[in-house]
Amino acid sequence: MSEIQQLKAKDFKSDQEIRWCPGCGDYSIIAGVQAVLADIGVARENVVMVSGIGCSSRFPYYMETYGFHSIHGRANAIATGVKVANPDLQVWVITGDGDGLSIGGNHMIHSLRRNVDLKIILFNNEIYGLTKGQYSPTSPQGLKTKTSPFGSVDAPFNPLQLALGSGATFVARTLDTQPKHMKEVLAAAAAHKGAAFVEVWQNCVIFNDGAFKDWTDKTTRDEQTIMLQPNQPMVFGKDQDKGLKIDGFALKVVPASEASVWDPTVDSAGPAFVMTQLDADPAMPRPFGVFRSVQRPTLDELVREQITTVTQKRGPGALKDLLYTSDCWTVG
Amino acid sequence: MSSDTSELIRQDDVTIRFAGDSGDGMQLTGTQFTDTTAKVGNDLATFPDFPAEIRAPAGTRAGVSGYQIHFSSADIYTPGDAPDVLVAMNPAALIINYKDLKPGGIVLVNTGSFTDKDLERADCKTNPLTDGSLSGFRVIQEDINQRTIEALAGTPLGKKDVLRCKNFFTLGMMYWLFSRPIEPTLEWLVEKFGKKPDLLDANTRALKAGYNHGELLRLFQGRYEVPKVDNVEPGTYRNIMGNQAVALGLVAGAELAGLKAFLGSYPITPATDILQYMSLMKNHGVITCQMEDEIAGICTAIGASFAGHLGITTTSGPGLALKTEAMGLAVITELPLVIVNVQRGGPSTGLPTKVEQADLLQSIFGRNGEAPIPVVACSCPADSFECAVEACRIAVEYMTPVILLSDNYIANGAEPWKLPALEDLPHFEVKFVTEREGYTPYTRDAKLARAWAKPGTPELMHRIGGLEKDAHTGNVSYDPMNHQIMCETRLAKVMGIRDSIPTPTYYGPDAPDLLVVGWGSTYGAIRSSVEALQREGKKIGRLHMRHMYPLPHGLPEIFASARRIVIPEMNFGQAARLLTSEYPQFKFETHYKVQGKPFFAPELKAHFRKILEETA
Repeated sequence: MSEIQQLKAKDFKSDQEIRWCPGCGDYSIIAGVQAVLADIGVARENVVMVSGIGCSSRFPYYMETYGFHSIHGRANAIATGVKVANPDLQVWVITGDGDGLSIGGNHMIHSLRRNVDLKIILFNNEIYGLTKGQYSPTSPQGLKTKTSPFGSVDAPFNPLQLALGSGATFVARTLDTQPKHMKEVLAAAAAHKGAAFVEVWQNCVIFNDGAFKDWTDKTTRDEQTIMLQPNQPMVFGKDQDKGLKIDGFALKVVPASEASVWDPTVDSAGPAFVMTQLDADPAMPRPFGVFRSVQRPTLDELVREQITTVTQKRGPGALKDLLYTSDCWTVG
Repeated sequence: MSSDTSELIRQDDVTIRFAGDSGDGMQLTGTQFTDTTAKVGNDLATFPDFPAEIRAPAGTRAGVSGYQIHFSSADIYTPGDAPDVLVAMNPAALIINYKDLKPGGIVLVNTGSFTDKDLERADCKTNPLTDGSLSGFRVIQEDINQRTIEALAGTPLGKKDVLRCKNFFTLGMMYWLFSRPIEPTLEWLVEKFGKKPDLLDANTRALKAGYNHGELLRLFQGRYEVPKVDNVEPGTYRNIMGNQAVALGLVAGAELAGLKAFLGSYPITPATDILQYMSLMKNHGVITCQMEDEIAGICTAIGASFAGHLGITTTSGPGLALKTEAMGLAVITELPLVIVNVQRGGPSTGLPTKVEQADLLQSIFGRNGEAPIPVVACSCPADSFECAVEACRIAVEYMTPVILLSDNYIANGAEPWKLPALEDLPHFEVKFVTEREGYTPYTRDAKLARAWAKPGTPELMHRIGGLEKDAHTGNVSYDPMNHQIMCETRLAKVMGIRDSIPTPTYYGPDAPDLLVVGWGSTYGAIRSSVEALQREGKKIGRLHMRHMYPLPHGLPEIFASARRIVIPEMNFGQAARLLTSEYPQFKFETHYKVQGKPFFAPELKAHFRKILEETA
């Protein structure tokens, strides 16, 4: 046995020069992932990064792990094949709002429904970056882009709602500007057994700069955001003086002392869904953190179990038995 | 069963077509007759013909489902041309099929389904039983509905369920007529309905009653005996359908490669059976994932190959179109992958339950960029096992996706298959790279196959993907010359497969007046028709291709010996076009049929005869 060596974040950096635009939010996400992988002590050879197409999807090339930069929208499907074939691997999916919600929307919902043990990071910059600035399925209505010069008329997806509706067992959101929060969320995703969906608000400095500035700007963010902590009262504000109270199917702002405690582990996805609806209300803070974290068997586990059960029942199959069945006959 | 005294008429070759409404159980009747016939020792070939609709309106012409079996005392290669016997369970089945029958052939008609309403449903202005349509045939009329009701007197089943047993009554009659034992079907019924005693009893009684009815009532003028084939090659046989053989070949191929099979697929007619068969093989370590769509099917397979399994995906034409982009990904990442395309009538949804061979050029060339993929084509159900193993061999030995072409005629047809001895199967065990020394993702062996290191292997972390890679480092490269070198290398690797495949065997006289070149499921009709003309002393020969891309060595030498070359295809001449572009010095004539039906031996024979007369 080789001695166990403690890897550092830099050990997860490949020798390839990163080619994202200066100031891109992607830099902070890759740093967060590298730090989390070092912290959790996973061996580099047991990590697989699978991506689709888009700016974010270059990610695997920059990681000193196994990596597969695939085709547009299909990362979840390829990652499903990797994970089901070898459940010992820790498989990450790197995708964006175009890759994962537009062309790859189908694979996204089905990998969440099946609860494949994948760590899915959705880089949401509300724009198509690699094709140089067209509206995406998360762009707000009215956004002027190269293909919507008079404003986009498409209603956007809320990625968290899509994930919850698809039966995701882990749903979280963080921001590129808050590395500490991002590390916490990514570590929780890595620790989760099952499909973990993490939306990261990521600023595109070139084609959609400032899309999230109300929630990232230091002067406004404390009043405009709320960081959900498991089993803690939901408080926010510069002075942590305000709170959220669950009131039926809605949330209302109350003094911090009256805030409800946030529990992402409840069976019902209802509270998490109610929480995502704050996004639609300009008067309310935007929530970040872990929205949902529940357990159910993963696809890769179930596939293995079924093979084991059938093999126990029927005995390990031999090629001869498969060919020479009881309805054979012999001549000569 | 009791022995009987009817006159036995020896007949060496019989074709029966069972036809009825989709709900009449004709496919089951046909497969039971087939399995029993195989056990009796006849050679056989079958062809089911059913509508795309699961249940078209009852009694209509659109809802007719047919199953044809050809069995013989000699080797046969096709499911038969004109049937000797037609079993018609209703007017629609009769109207659609009787014209195909041989002159003087037997028509068994279920008169219980010939009421005015039945005739109206089948759009019959007059009753074909009385309007003279059937003159020239031996018509046997029997109210099979009523006979079945009588046979099942006292059963607790309702009338509807009782009538559903009429196919077993019919089957019993046909067993008697062709001197088949009923025991194999009785055993099958026990297996199928063991837990449902009422259904077991009813179907058993219907089968026996049908058999006895044939014997007692002397409906037929005599009873036929089709002796078993005498000169069968010794060995162990089983009756096999094409899709089944492909499934077995893929599982065997993975095992011969020392890998686990991983099938990512999406149900599509007529390929679905392969997914269904392989889903049963869990105790062989086979992983099957029914994915959300065709693209996810191939992509999970690619992911599984990356992880060190043998990735497989199965589909039919429209699905192949959807998988196109991912096939290019498998080409550029140089991962082993087997893509099975069970062709059906196209374009678009086309004729989902009918046969065509029109995806050949799509398979060979239908991708963006220079994306060579080897293509292997099955010629008949029994050939499909070997072809599937061959596809797996090429995939892992050359680190490449491979397309295995089958079609609806092969997929659903059945014939006896001489099982291979396990020790005779080729071995092509994969050796994964584990040593860091000298490793890059594009380190190549003598065959130009790249080194395969799977995730989980320490120190060999690497990245692959759809972007072009540097030939030496494996990193992303936009270098113009590197791209050309990589494209050339991928092509050279695939063309190198030629060195591992045999030249197809030519069967015929030296310097033939006509050479018939075939590929895929035209095999049986070509062989039958060419052999018939050879027996007449005609200078005609044939060769059948398995490897469609790359083409094997040695073809020009064979082509050069022939005065004329014709290629019968169920497309507008795709193989002819392929061969013309490869060997422009020869003229390849096309003989096509795109009717959703296979070629029949007599029509090919007539065509070849015409060419031979022109050549004379």
